[in-house]
Amino acid sequence: MFERTEDQQAMVAMVRDFAGGAISPHSAYWDETKHFPVDVLREAGTLGMGGIYVSEEYGGSGLTRTDAVLIFEELAKADPTIAAYISIHNMVVWMIDAFGNAVQRANWVPQLASMEALGSYCLTEPGAGSDAAALSTQAVRDGDDYVLNGTKQFISGAGAAGFYLVMARTADTGSHGITAIVVPANLQGLSFGPNEKKMGWNAQPTRQVIFEDVRVPVANRLGAEGSGFGIAMKGLNGGRINIAACSLGGGQAALDKSIAYLKERTAFGGTLISKQALLFEIADMDTELETARTLVLRAAEALDRGAADTVRLCAMAKRVATDAGFNVANKALQLHGGYGYLAEYGLEKIVRDLRVHQILEGSNEIMRLIVGRLAVED
Amino acid sequence: MKIVVLVKQVPDTAEERKLDLTTGLLDRDAGDSVVDEINERALEVALRVKDANKSTEVVVMTMGPDGATQALRKALSMGADSGVHILDDSLAGADTKRTAAALAAGLKVTGFDIVLAGNESTDGRGGVVPAMVAEHLALPLLGSLVSAEITEGAVRGVRQGEGGTLNVHAALPAIVTVTESSAEARFPNFKGILTAKRKPVTTLSVADLGSADLGSAELGGAGLTGFGPGADARVGSTVIVSTTERTARAAGRKIVDDGTAATELAEFLVANRLV
Ligand SMILES: Cc1cc2nc3c(=O)[nH]c(=O)nc-3n(C[C@H](O)[C@H](O)[C@H](O)COP(=O)(O)OP(=O)(O)OC[C@H]3O[C@@H](n4cnc5c(N)ncnc54)[C@H](O)[C@@H]3O)c2cc1C
Repeated sequence: MFERTEDQQAMVAMVRDFAGGAISPHSAYWDETKHFPVDVLREAGTLGMGGIYVSEEYGGSGLTRTDAVLIFEELAKADPTIAAYISIHNMVVWMIDAFGNAVQRANWVPQLASMEALGSYCLTEPGAGSDAAALSTQAVRDGDDYVLNGTKQFISGAGAAGFYLVMARTADTGSHGITAIVVPANLQGLSFGPNEKKMGWNAQPTRQVIFEDVRVPVANRLGAEGSGFGIAMKGLNGGRINIAACSLGGGQAALDKSIAYLKERTAFGGTLISKQALLFEIADMDTELETARTLVLRAAEALDRGAADTVRLCAMAKRVATDAGFNVANKALQLHGGYGYLAEYGLEKIVRDLRVHQILEGSNEIMRLIVGRLAVED
Repeated sequence: MKIVVLVKQVPDTAEERKLDLTTGLLDRDAGDSVVDEINERALEVALRVKDANKSTEVVVMTMGPDGATQALRKALSMGADSGVHILDDSLAGADTKRTAAALAAGLKVTGFDIVLAGNESTDGRGGVVPAMVAEHLALPLLGSLVSAEITEGAVRGVRQGEGGTLNVHAALPAIVTVTESSAEARFPNFKGILTAKRKPVTTLSVADLGSADLGSAELGGAGLTGFGPGADARVGSTVIVSTTERTARAAGRKIVDDGTAATELAEFLVANRLV
């Protein structure tokens, strides 16, 4: 489980080469200018990153969840924001491939897996975040269409994406009244809020998605009416370990920078790494990341196997790894002294980017809620 | 159309590269081995022909130790159809001349319409093997091209020199080498990586190379990767007399600006013939 196969080594090496040329040299600039590099995402798509764990039938790469977390960690070393968007996109493509019918899969998966079209996951609303089952965006049946009205909040990729996977209310029966509907970007009545100004994740847009009498064919419904919440949550199992892997990659990059910096920086008559207090700090950071990585791989393996405790393990891994990644990045900033606070050294960006991983895809409090409920359940 | 691309496994230029001082041979354990980037560019030329015409067959050929299969796998993951590995203990430490003889013999076994290679490897940098191969096979060499267009029966390309640009062409079969200015190689995609293992790799020993006279000292001649004092004299005709380690870099001189720094800098540059 923990030894990388030759294929995994080759895949990670390819991702490193790709990201080293196409992503890391530009990531500071993209952050500063809020540029969403759609062209680079397309390139990632040609390499198979648009449908990593999506079946090969309609153009996915057919890899395992374990492969996926290795890939996301490597991508995030170059840029957590880009890696995280690719992770969200993969979640959407997988949901369409896993829950769509043959016609839907044949129509949508090829262009999404190649990243010619991008996907957005639309669950959160202004009034319903953690309590997603309370969402109120309406989908009212009218002949062969659903008519959608409502607003989705904090939607990653919105405005640039070609397809919006929308969880909407079709009945007033709580989580059982939610339906998953694929909304193409070109429909009448679909509009977007301004790109949010935010702490990090600047290289991908976050916007409201607004539905005003948007008519979507019933043929765009994924699965049965009322099954949308389950589909959304199944997507999030994979999403959570992928975002966890993105935190590991960001944290690892911050740790690697710190080791190099402490070896080079001198004070009080020696290199900083010769101060045992700081060496211990490095040891703690390394240990925290490795502990989290171990749990993420365990959760990925459970997801691959369809194990009974998948939800529990994915929630634990998400919480542990996103906390670990942020803590390590924050410590790394501290170890760089004043330079850590300067944009030029790349540390503060990692801290800003990884902070949101503790909030989204289910906040870390919600992860504790999931784990706690499962722990005490009879 | 059958295109054979010659590939060489070389030490990663991103890492420290070392010679074993007792044998004069490359220390393969000192760092990671990778496919020479220049060969990846040659492969890219071949793969573009295949992109346009799926019936094109792209074969990658290497001569090297056991581990060189990794270089073949990488090339296969990028899109080549099959690999040929010339592998024989008696070839260990072979120099450029002997390598060329072995590759030429291998090419006769596999057959080809055109052979592509890099103009020079990033480790030995001899830059002579493709020309020697062409000589063995009595075929035209179109060397150091920045671009090449391969059609049924012919190849045309551009060679850029300091003095000007040459448009060259030849009827096939021919040997072509490309420079670092030729198109950048693609990355293998995930599917390519997974299917590379299932693609055939043929191993050819010296015996399989048939009539080629590879064992005689006459065909030898040690290049940079050739053998040293400790190696078997049978493998080449050139002998490396000695190998020494590069002297460690000393710290440079720091000029503190007390108002005369500019003058001092200028003097330094002049004294060292840097301007
Ligand atoms: C940059 C960014 C990108 C995003 N991208 C997407 C996207 O693409 N698609 C999408 O659907 N959503 C997206 N989100 C939304 C994200 O998933 C939500 O912000 C998150 O689920 C939290 O919801 P909320 O913001 O409404 O906070 P609230 O639910 O209001 O929570 C506020 C606080 O209370 C805590 N809390 C809430 N309930 C409980 C409880 N029962 N017990 C203990 N603590 C609790 C929360 O953990 C949090 O700390 C994104 C958010 C951001 C910031």
